[in-house]
Amino acid sequence: MQQKSKLWVLLLPLMVFLVAVVFLFKGLYSDPSKLESALIGQPVPTFTLQDLYQQDIQHDASIFKGKPMLLNVWATWCPTCYAEHTYLNKLAAEGIYIVGLNYKDDREKAIGWLTQLGDPYQVSLYDKDGMLGLDLGVYGAPETYLIDSQGVIQYRHVGDVNDQVWQQTLLPMFKELK
Amino acid sequence: MRIVMLIITSLLCFASQAAIQVYEFDSKEQEVLFQQLTKELRCPKCQNQNIADSNAPLAQDLRQKAYELVKQGKDRDQVVDYMAARFGNFVTYDPPMTPATIFLWLGPLFFVFGGLVVLWHKTRVVKKVDSAPEMDTAEQAKLARILNGDKD
Repeated sequence: MQQKSKLWVLLLPLMVFLVAVVFLFKGLYSDPSKLESALIGQPVPTFTLQDLYQQDIQHDASIFKGKPMLLNVWATWCPTCYAEHTYLNKLAAEGIYIVGLNYKDDREKAIGWLTQLGDPYQVSLYDKDGMLGLDLGVYGAPETYLIDSQGVIQYRHVGDVNDQVWQQTLLPMFKELK
Repeated sequence: MRIVMLIITSLLCFASQAAIQVYEFDSKEQEVLFQQLTKELRCPKCQNQNIADSNAPLAQDLRQKAYELVKQGKDRDQVVDYMAARFGNFVTYDPPMTPATIFLWLGPLFFVFGGLVVLWHKTRVVKKVDSAPEMDTAEQAKLARILNGDKD
C-alpha cells in the first residue's frame, strides 16, 4: 500500500509533463488568428441594408430564412476575396445558395468587380459602414457563414473558401443543415 | 544664406496629414470610461493590441462604437457585453469566469492545496519516525534508575 502510493507520487511529474506535451503540441498546429464566432447558434442579427445593385431595394434578416445557405463577407480591397471568387462562382453554379455581404466598400467598385469576375450571389447586400459586419463580429474579410433554414448561424469560416476547405469542413456541415 | 534658408524651412510647420480622431464627451467620467475601455478591449484582427493602440480599420470601428455607447450613457459592463456578444470573450483582456477559463482561477489554488497536502504528508512521516523506537520494560527500568541517580 505504502509502495503503491509512493509510485503514484513519483509518476505525478510525468503525468503533468504528458498533459503539457499534449497541450503544447496542439498549440503548434492551431491558428490563433482563427476565432470561433460568438454568434454560433444565434439568428442572424436584425438589419436593414440596401441592395448592392439597386439603392431603392432594401433587405432585412428575413432573406436568411427558408433554406440552408452561405453568407459570404467580401470587399474589393481584400486580396483573399479575389482568390476565393472563382471557387464561389463554381459553388453557385452547383446550386449552392450564397448571399453576399459587401463590407465597407465602394458600390461602383463592387459592381464592377461582380460584372467582371462573375456574380455568385443570389442576394447582394451593401454594408458601407460595416454595421451588419460589426453585429456579425466580422474581423477580417473574407468570412463565410453557414446559415440554416431558420436563419440561425451554425458555423463561421474565416479565410478563403477553396476546394479543400469546402470538401473537408464546410460541405459536410452544409449537408447537415436543416 | 543657405543657413538662413535651412532655419526658415525647418521652422515652417505644416498641418499634420495623419488624422487623429478627436472624441468629445459630455463629462469627465465618460472620457475616463472611454479611455479605460479602449485599453481593456482587444482588437480581434490585430491580436495582442488593444483598440486604443491599434489603427486597424476594425479597431477604429470598435473605438467609434465604444464611443457611441459611452455617449449613450452605457456603463463599462454594458459596453464589454456588447462587444463580447459579437466578438466573443476574446475581445476583452479581463475575461469572465467560464468553464473554459475556470482553471485560471482554480489553478493557483490547486497548486497551493497540493503543496499543503505534500507538506502535511511529509510532517506526518517525520513524526512517525520520531516515536518509532519504543522502550521495553527492561529499558524503562534502566532509564528510571539512571534518572534517579542510581549507579550500576
